[in-house]
Amino acid sequence: MPGKVLIVIPCYNEEASLPSLLPELLSTTLPNGYQLEAVIINDCSKDNTSAVAKKHNATVIDLPVNLGIGGAVQTGIRYALDNDFDMAIQLDGDGQHPPGELPKLINHHLQTGANIVIGSRFIEKKGFQSSFARRMGIKYFHWLNRLMTGLSIYDSTSGFRLFDRKAIALASANYPDEYPEPESLVVFSKAGLKISEVAVVMAARQGGQSSIRSFGSLYYCFKVSLAMFFSFIRKP
Amino acid sequence: MLRIQIITIVVNILFVLYISRLIVKGKLREEYAIVWVICTVFLLVFSFWTEGLELLRRLTGVVVAANLVFTGFIFAILIYLLHLSVVASKLHNDNKKLAQEISLLKEEFNKHLEKTEK
Repeated sequence: MPGKVLIVIPCYNEEASLPSLLPELLSTTLPNGYQLEAVIINDCSKDNTSAVAKKHNATVIDLPVNLGIGGAVQTGIRYALDNDFDMAIQLDGDGQHPPGELPKLINHHLQTGANIVIGSRFIEKKGFQSSFARRMGIKYFHWLNRLMTGLSIYDSTSGFRLFDRKAIALASANYPDEYPEPESLVVFSKAGLKISEVAVVMAARQGGQSSIRSFGSLYYCFKVSLAMFFSFIRKP
Repeated sequence: MLRIQIITIVVNILFVLYISRLIVKGKLREEYAIVWVICTVFLLVFSFWTEGLELLRRLTGVVVAANLVFTGFIFAILIYLLHLSVVASKLHNDNKKLAQEISLLKEEFNKHLEKTEK
């Protein structure tokens, strides 16, 4: 029996990008005959995200209150756990993560047996590379992550990542709420999961707004550093 | 008895009555009321026992008794604020879990509903 892969798409006001993303995603064929199911986690959007997603035959989970990206992703992970999926892949709803890159993540997982596979923009410098300030921030987190986990993860803020069964079980119990990407890596590596990166090509977002904007970026760096530190000293 | 003593005692009694009323009406949970009751007990003790403050002042080596009162209360307030942050964090986590559970259940329910309609 072929395995099942859940594509978790956290969405906040993404009605503009879903109509192009969903048909492309649902027609993607995965390697090794893996079955694909897409679940939209609608994080209390103010627009028609939920209706648009339902029209495109995706499973939609409507959160009754806004939980932020971490809480939304965790909802999808819990869905994967409850419904016995072999893998869950987070794919952002803004169109930055092309569904065509999904097989790369799955193949990398199958080849290396890594529990977490991160789709990275920076291994091969192709496609959308983000702004200068943002890349500086990403460099800083690369350094901080290496300090705390001993791993060299180039794109630790990337939200394009695969969770295997072990990672699903862990993340459904323990996943940070706000800006979870770099912090969760500390959590995973402390739990002894194997984290690996694979090169993917990303696009610039097609609609909506980034959750991290100018004023928030300093707060972002500070909050994430603090959260990473406390995850680091916390007993697993 | 000094006039100021009478004022503090009256204010204190009114405060205790108000706290009791809040608890009775179910607007204040007992565990959060404890700290307020302790505060009033302290105030009440020192309103009757005026030499007590002077004694504490000499014991701690503080020059002006009023400073001792302010320092003590500011510290108590800080601790209580921290406690409230802990309560808020716990509520935040519980709330997240509930929201996730509800949304997952709703999705499952809708799926079953669709199946039975077919």
